[in-house]
Amino acid sequence: MKEKTKIFLFISCEEAYEICDKSQYGEATLWEIVKLNLRFIWCHFTQAYVKKNRKLTQAIKVSNLQSLNKTERELLIEKFNQELKNQMH
Amino acid sequence: MPEHQLNPNNWIDLYSDYLFNYTITRVNDREIAKDLVQDTFFAGLKSMKNFKGEASERTWLISILKRKIIDHYRKINSNKGKAEVRMTYISDDLEGDWLEERVEDEHYLNAQETLENSELGDAIYDCMSKLSGKQATVFKMKTILGYETEAICSEMNITASNLWVIIHRARVQMAECLEKNWF
Repeated sequence: MKEKTKIFLFISCEEAYEICDKSQYGEATLWEIVKLNLRFIWCHFTQAYVKKNRKLTQAIKVSNLQSLNKTERELLIEKFNQELKNQMH
Repeated sequence: MPEHQLNPNNWIDLYSDYLFNYTITRVNDREIAKDLVQDTFFAGLKSMKNFKGEASERTWLISILKRKIIDHYRKINSNKGKAEVRMTYISDDLEGDWLEERVEDEHYLNAQETLENSELGDAIYDCMSKLSGKQATVFKMKTILGYETEAICSEMNITASNLWVIIHRARVQMAECLEKNWF
């Protein structure tokens, strides 16, 4: 029983990284976060990764990045290709 | 042989987001930013023959865009005929050192913060340009455009676990790149 619980709670570094990534987008489940936190307590690699990942999320958040959405981009491509054609002729 | 060459077929893929972000932080209007980016690409096509190959393609496009942004401001200023200079004292009823209070002025601090954040945005796009095509697309869709995981998976024809692997690799590279260039 003890062994089973141990396996149940134990996650690898890779799994911890994936949960940490998901949690940056609010997509980690509560149970996954519990498992991540358990690993975070003793694993230096996980601690370092969580710290870096949070820093990146924070930087992206404060920079308020803007990007063209799919429709805007497609429209731009269409107009640009038309202009490119006109240049050729 | 020039050091850099132009390849307009890749311009939108490689530079549209960078140019758009650069513009919107300077004009604060999505529609105007889109128009200016489009005008920049068109102007780039027209003046391709003037490209000497000394600067990179992106630097060259940015220099065109900067002129477009300046022209935009000139245009709106001449149309309205007014460049507003606002000098509102923060609190008229309070006595104190005017200059000191100006330094603490919220508007002034916000302006500085905005400038720093827009530079950070440029740095993030710089780092994003170093990701592979697929990584950059998935990272952008998830992180900047805020698409749902399912939507990205169906658009890119990948599984959810593939998506998280791509996101992980992209985030590691982004963090390293920003560590070198910004933090």
